[in-house]
Amino acid sequence: MNRETSSAMADIGRILRPDLVLPLLRRFGPLLALLLMSGALTILSPHFLTFENVLNVFRQSAVNALLALGQLLVIITAGIDLSVGSILGLCCVLAALLLKAGMPASAAIAATLAIGTALGMTNGLLFTKLRLPHPFIPTLGMMNVARGLALVLSGGFPISELPEDFRFWGAGALGGIPMPVIIVLIVYALFHLFLTRTTIGRDIYAIGGNKQAALLSGIPVDRRLITVYALSGGLAALGAIILAGRMNSGFPLAGVGAELDAIAAVIIGGASFFGGVGTVWGTLVGALIMGVLRNGLNLLDVSAYWQTTVIGVVIVIAVWVDVLRQRALERRRVFRK
Amino acid sequence: MSSSEALLRLEGITKTFGGIVALEDVDFEVKAGEVHALIGENGAGKSTLMKIATGVHSADRGRLLWKGRPVKLQTPRDAHRLGIRMVHQELMLIPQLSIGENIFLGRPPSRRAVFSWVQWNEIYERARRLLQGLGHDLDPRRPAGELSVAEQQLVEIARALAFEAELLILDEPTSPLSEPEAERLFQTIAQLRARGMGVIYITHRMPEIYRIADRVTVLRDGRRVLTKSISETSAEELVRAMVGRELTEYFPEREPRAIGEPRLRVEGLTAPGRFYDITFTVHHGEIVGLAGLVGAGRTELVEALFGAREYTSGKIFIEGRPVTIRTPADAIRHGMALVTDDRKAKGLIPMASVQVNLILPVQARVAHLGFLVNTRAERHLTERLLSELRVKTPSAHHPVMFLSGGNQQKVILARWLAMHPRIFLMDEPTRGIDVGAKMEIYELIRRLAAQGTAILLVSSELEELRHLADRILVMHRGRIVGELQREEATDDRILYLATGGEG
Repeated sequence: MNRETSSAMADIGRILRPDLVLPLLRRFGPLLALLLMSGALTILSPHFLTFENVLNVFRQSAVNALLALGQLLVIITAGIDLSVGSILGLCCVLAALLLKAGMPASAAIAATLAIGTALGMTNGLLFTKLRLPHPFIPTLGMMNVARGLALVLSGGFPISELPEDFRFWGAGALGGIPMPVIIVLIVYALFHLFLTRTTIGRDIYAIGGNKQAALLSGIPVDRRLITVYALSGGLAALGAIILAGRMNSGFPLAGVGAELDAIAAVIIGGASFFGGVGTVWGTLVGALIMGVLRNGLNLLDVSAYWQTTVIGVVIVIAVWVDVLRQRALERRRVFRK
Repeated sequence: MSSSEALLRLEGITKTFGGIVALEDVDFEVKAGEVHALIGENGAGKSTLMKIATGVHSADRGRLLWKGRPVKLQTPRDAHRLGIRMVHQELMLIPQLSIGENIFLGRPPSRRAVFSWVQWNEIYERARRLLQGLGHDLDPRRPAGELSVAEQQLVEIARALAFEAELLILDEPTSPLSEPEAERLFQTIAQLRARGMGVIYITHRMPEIYRIADRVTVLRDGRRVLTKSISETSAEELVRAMVGRELTEYFPEREPRAIGEPRLRVEGLTAPGRFYDITFTVHHGEIVGLAGLVGAGRTELVEALFGAREYTSGKIFIEGRPVTIRTPADAIRHGMALVTDDRKAKGLIPMASVQVNLILPVQARVAHLGFLVNTRAERHLTERLLSELRVKTPSAHHPVMFLSGGNQQKVILARWLAMHPRIFLMDEPTRGIDVGAKMEIYELIRRLAAQGTAILLVSSELEELRHLADRILVMHRGRIVGELQREEATDDRILYLATGGEG
C-alpha cells in the first residue's frame, strides 16, 4: 500500500515536472534575463542604477511598450501586425494637424485614438471578411498606406510647436514620474485584466491555441480577431500621442521599423509565434530588456550600430528557446503515448 | 496466370504500434498481370499492409519477396527502385507545375550524369507518349492544378509508368470519380494488366471488385480472413468475411425509451460536392445513427448542421420552427452541441489546461455580467464535470494533451454537457479510444437520450450503431440511400447500402 502510494507519487512527479518547469521558465525566464542584465550593467557602469537613468529607460521604452502590447494581442492569436509603426507615424501627423487647426488637446487626442482604432479595425476586417490568407497581407498593405498618408498629409515635413496641454502627455510628469511611464503602467494593468479576467481575453488565447476548436465551441472568432487588430491600432495611436508630445512635433517618419521592435519585445517576453501563449507582464519585460540593452550599450559607449546587432542576436536566441520548449513538449507527448 | 510466380509476396507480416496489433501473421501476394483486390472495414489493416509494401513502415515480423527474392524496404525510395508505386487517395501532384514536370518529378530525363539543363522538349514528348499510351490526349504543358481528379489520377499512373513500375497500388481510386470516369479508369487498369503489370486495388465497393479484380483478399482486425479467386466467391461471402461476428458483450440490453416529438428536422439540405438533398428527423430522446463509408459526406453534413460549413439550399427546423444557423455560435444558441471527428484538430486546445478546454463554450455563460471570468464558478463546474464523467487527470490544470485519448474525449463531452444541449451531434465519438472509456461513453449517450436529448450519431463502427441507434440512416456519396429500423439493421444490410447497393 505504502509502496504503491509512493510509486504513484513518483509517477505524478514525473508527469508534472516538465509541465511545471517549462511554463515557469517561460514565465520568469525573461525577467531573470532582465535582472541579470541590469546586475551586470550596475557593476559595469556607475550611472546605470540611478533613479534618473532608470526612469529614462522606462520613458524611452514607453512607446515600444505600447506598440508591443498591441502586437502581443495579435501574436497570441497566431497573427502579426506589421502596420503599427506606420499607424504610429500617421497618428503623430494627424494629432499635430488637428492641434494646428485649433482643436483642443482633449478632442485631438480622442480623435487620434479613434482613427488609430479604425485603421486597426480595417486590418481585422480585411483579414477576416476578405479571407486574406494571412494577417501579414492586410497589415503589410496598411503599413504602406498609412505611411504614405502620413507623408501626403504632412508634405514630408515635421509639424512642430504643439500646445502645452497636449505635450503634457508625452513630456510632462506627475509627482516626479514621467507621464509616459504612468500611462504605460495603467494601460498594462488594464490589459492584464482584459486578457486574464474577461471572457473576450480568454477567447483570444483559445483562438491562438486552436482556431478551429475555438470556432466549434461557439466563439465568434472573426469578431474577436477584428477586436484584436482594432486594439493594436488604438494602442499605436496612444503611442503616437506620447511620442508627438515628447518630441513636440508630428513627424511623418516617426516609427519607421517600430513594428519590428514591437514584435521583438513580444517574442523576447516569452510569447509564442505559434499562438496561444504570452503574457502582458512578459511583454513589458521584453520591452524593458530592449530598453536596457540600448541604454546599457549607450552607457558603455558602444556604437548604436552594434546595439541593433545585439538585439538581433537576442531575438533569435529568444525564439530558439521557444522552439526548444515546443520540441520538449512534443517529445513528452510522443513518449506518453 | 495462376502458375506464374508472384511479383510481390508478403509472408507472415506482423506489425504492432505501441502494443496495439495492426497486422498479425498476414500473407498476401500479387502476380504480374493480375489485379488483386484488398478489402476490409476501416481499421482492418489495409493501409498498414500497403505501407509495409511501399517501405513506409517496416514489419516487426515476416518477410517480403520481390520476384521470389527476399528484399528489405527501409524507405519509399527502396520500393520505388524495385518498381512498386502507389497512387494515394490524396493525390500528390504539385498543382503549379506542368503535367510533364509532375510526371518526371524527382528524376527528370537528362543527358549527362553530373549536370544537365532541364530537357523541356524531352519531358513533354515523353509525357505525351506515356499519356497517349494510356489512351488519353492531355497536353503535358498544362498545369496539373487545372486537371479534374480523374485526369490527375491518370497523371499519377503515368508517373508510375515513367518510373518503370511493375506493381501499382491504387487506394480507393474511384471514390472521387463519377461513373463514366470510373469506367475509363477500369479500362486503363485492364490495359495495364494486359501489359503484365501487377495491380493491388484497395476498395470498399463490392461491384468494382467483380468488375476488375482477378482475386480478392479480405482483412479483418489485422488478420487475413479470406483469399479467393473472384469466380469462386460471392458478395455475401465477402461482406460476411469483412464484418465477422464478435464484440456483442459490450452492449447491455437496451431499456425502452420514450421517443417524443420531432426536435431536429432537416429538409433537402444540399452542399454541392459534399452532400445532396438530405432530409431526416430526429425526435426527443431518439438516437439516430448515420452510417456510411469514409468520404460519404457524413462529417460534412453534421458540420454544416452545426454552422461550421456552408450549404447552398435546404432548411433546418428545431422544435418545428425554421432556424438560420450560420456559425457554431448560432447552433449553440439553438441548443446544439457537436463532438467532432478529429479531437486534435477540431476539438482541443492541446497545450491549454483541462479546465480551459472544459470551460471553452460555457465560459461566457458562467461569467459575471457575461464577460468577467468567474473563477469560482468555473472551478466548481470543472470539478463537478470531471468527477461526473470520471476523467482521469492529475489536476484540472494539467495540459489536456497529456491525457489519454479516452480522457480527452470525455473532456470534450463534459464541455457540452455543461450546456445541457437539446440536440447532440456526435461524429465518431469513440474513435481511437480504449474499451473502458468507450463503454462509459456508450452509457452516457444512452443516459442523455433517456433524458430527452435528440442524438445524431455518426459512426464507422457498425456494432456501435446497431446497438445504440433507434434508427440508422445510411449515406453513400453524399446522399442518404437508406433508412433501417433498429430491428432490420444488420451489418450486411448497412454495408450493402453504404457500398452503393440498392436499398
